[in-house]
Amino acid sequence: MANPILVLAEHLRGSLTEVTFEMLGAARALAQSTGAPVQALLVGSGVEPLAAQLGAADSVLLVDRPDLANPSSEQVSLAAEQAAGKTGAGLIFVAGTNVSTGIGTLLAARAKLPLVNFCREIKVADGRPTFVSQLFGGKVFAEVRMAGDRGVVSLYPGAFRAEAGRADKAAPVERCDLQAPPAKVRFRRFVEPETGDVDITRQDVLVAVGRGIQSQDNLALAEELAQVLKGAVCASRPVIDQGWLPLSRQVGKSGMSVKPRLYIALGISGAPEHWEGMQSSRLIIAFNTDPKAPIFDGSQYGVCGDLLDYVPALTEKLKARSS
Amino acid sequence: MNIVVLLKMVPDTVEELNVGADGRSLDAEFLRYKLGDPDEHAIEQALLLKEKHGGTVTLVALDAPEVDDVLFTALAKGADRAIKLTGAESPPGTPVLAQAVAACVRGVWNPLPADTLILCGSYAIDDLEGELAPWLATAFEIPLAMVVAGVQIEDGGRKAVVTREFFGGLRGEFELDLPAILGIQSAEKPPRYVPIAKVRAAMKSARIDSQAAELPEPPAGLELGRMAKPEAAGHAQMLEGDPDKVADQIIEVLAQQSLI
Ligand SMILES: Cc1cc2nc3c(=O)[nH]c(=O)nc-3n(C[C@H](O)[C@H](O)[C@H](O)COP(=O)(O)OP(=O)(O)OC[C@H]3O[C@@H](n4cnc5c(N)ncnc54)[C@H](O)[C@@H]3O)c2cc1C
Repeated sequence: MANPILVLAEHLRGSLTEVTFEMLGAARALAQSTGAPVQALLVGSGVEPLAAQLGAADSVLLVDRPDLANPSSEQVSLAAEQAAGKTGAGLIFVAGTNVSTGIGTLLAARAKLPLVNFCREIKVADGRPTFVSQLFGGKVFAEVRMAGDRGVVSLYPGAFRAEAGRADKAAPVERCDLQAPPAKVRFRRFVEPETGDVDITRQDVLVAVGRGIQSQDNLALAEELAQVLKGAVCASRPVIDQGWLPLSRQVGKSGMSVKPRLYIALGISGAPEHWEGMQSSRLIIAFNTDPKAPIFDGSQYGVCGDLLDYVPALTEKLKARSS
Repeated sequence: MNIVVLLKMVPDTVEELNVGADGRSLDAEFLRYKLGDPDEHAIEQALLLKEKHGGTVTLVALDAPEVDDVLFTALAKGADRAIKLTGAESPPGTPVLAQAVAACVRGVWNPLPADTLILCGSYAIDDLEGELAPWLATAFEIPLAMVVAGVQIEDGGRKAVVTREFFGGLRGEFELDLPAILGIQSAEKPPRYVPIAKVRAAMKSARIDSQAAELPEPPAGLELGRMAKPEAAGHAQMLEGDPDKVADQIIEVLAQQSLI
């Protein structure tokens, strides 16, 4: 039987996150071809009740201590290292999310394990896994194998099916202790999302602007289009980072997840971190000067051209129509 | 404060990326390099901290095409010193890069002064073997925070209080004792613009220290197989014509779907 697969359960503010079930699903699928048992590791304070939801694993290792409330990446990676040592785990799955980023690399660096980042797919041949990683913002994929049986895999959120990692039953729970020095990084408080002027998650129509909008002045074009369509303007990260729109308007991995009936993307390349937040939109129409922009791959309609030429014409025609 | 910014050049994805003849690396022919967005923000955050608390900003980067422009631009913006590590033939993986950078930093400061803050981009698009910051945190055994979007210095330079991003706009505040390393996601202000004339002036007045990089053998644990471009699952129906024609087609679609 192969070494166990250890899945590091991710949770925030008392709830397991979706990626935890995605990782468990990926581990179950791999276990089916290698025969490895699946173990979930839950690290935190007062997190024991969450263990009941981890039934897709064969067992749950629980490290529950008061000083592990909102633990640092270092504490969690130490816990994972010790748990893996104890159970002889081979592969360790961590989430490639903002919440967990850093944990996998700390673990790999300290335990001298190989690490595969950005993993989107796992293929198995002759009992050995090949990890397919997405590099360069999704422009290239690389197939990677590990030389030995042990290593850390950081799984891309949204790449694996969460349903495969949910189970009605509960798995046996084993409590573990953690030998750790006092935390070097201390949690202070949560900073709640700014409540913006508009709640973009509740809009039927969103006009999204990306770096292709080029200047703050050009935002007026998007505002006007949104106005005739009775929608609101949202943006990709670079536009928010420029300070042109408030954080409450950011769509994507670190921003909001939206599912409007209509999403018009203006000058957005379609990076995976942006897709994460808008892929459930009903109808997507994209404007981009680059015929090969990835945004066109997932949109229903595309316009290859300068948004500065195309958007004003559309707004004018819509206005004329409604008056 | 002793502020050190570690910079990493990455392929510019605005250009077409092609896989090379060996099937396991990028075709270098049309490759252009730039600083990743998070690295630009790391520079900005360093300059903001220097303006507020005084001290020096030292840049460390591995040699790569276009790196001199990047370093002179940062010097023109207000960084004090730039070190370029030479000798790597192709971009090494993060573990090797981290060792090279750590050796350079140790060569300048050993031990690290108590008011040292090391900044780098929270991630890079070629981080196949993990991010730079955690590798360095392990090498120096100093505290780490990732996905940082705000930095305050407290206790007279002994402590950093950082805001890190989670998701959906939720953030968390953490405190770390210095010396520490931060993976910067975004600076408190957008990266500043510096006119070309100032960059040219920096090219004349400032200099870049070149040093041979200490490059260890890469760890043996990973076998890189095939690289390939993704196959698109689908493609948009492209609307052709001049802006008026395109507008008519879009309006037809919107009307069909009762969106207008
Ligand atoms: C941990 C992490 C979290 C992230 N979180 C988010 C997030 O929440 N949201 C997010 O959006 N990104 C996020 N990102 C960043 C993401 O990877 C991309 O960098 C970002 O989405 C790119 O934004 P963009 O498409 O606007 O810019 P670019 O990728 O620069 O694309 C600009 C596009 O505009 C086109 N263009 C240029 N001029 C014109 C014109 N005149 N007319 C029409 N088209 C034009 C170009 O062809 C190009 O395709 C995150 C990344 C990481 C690693």
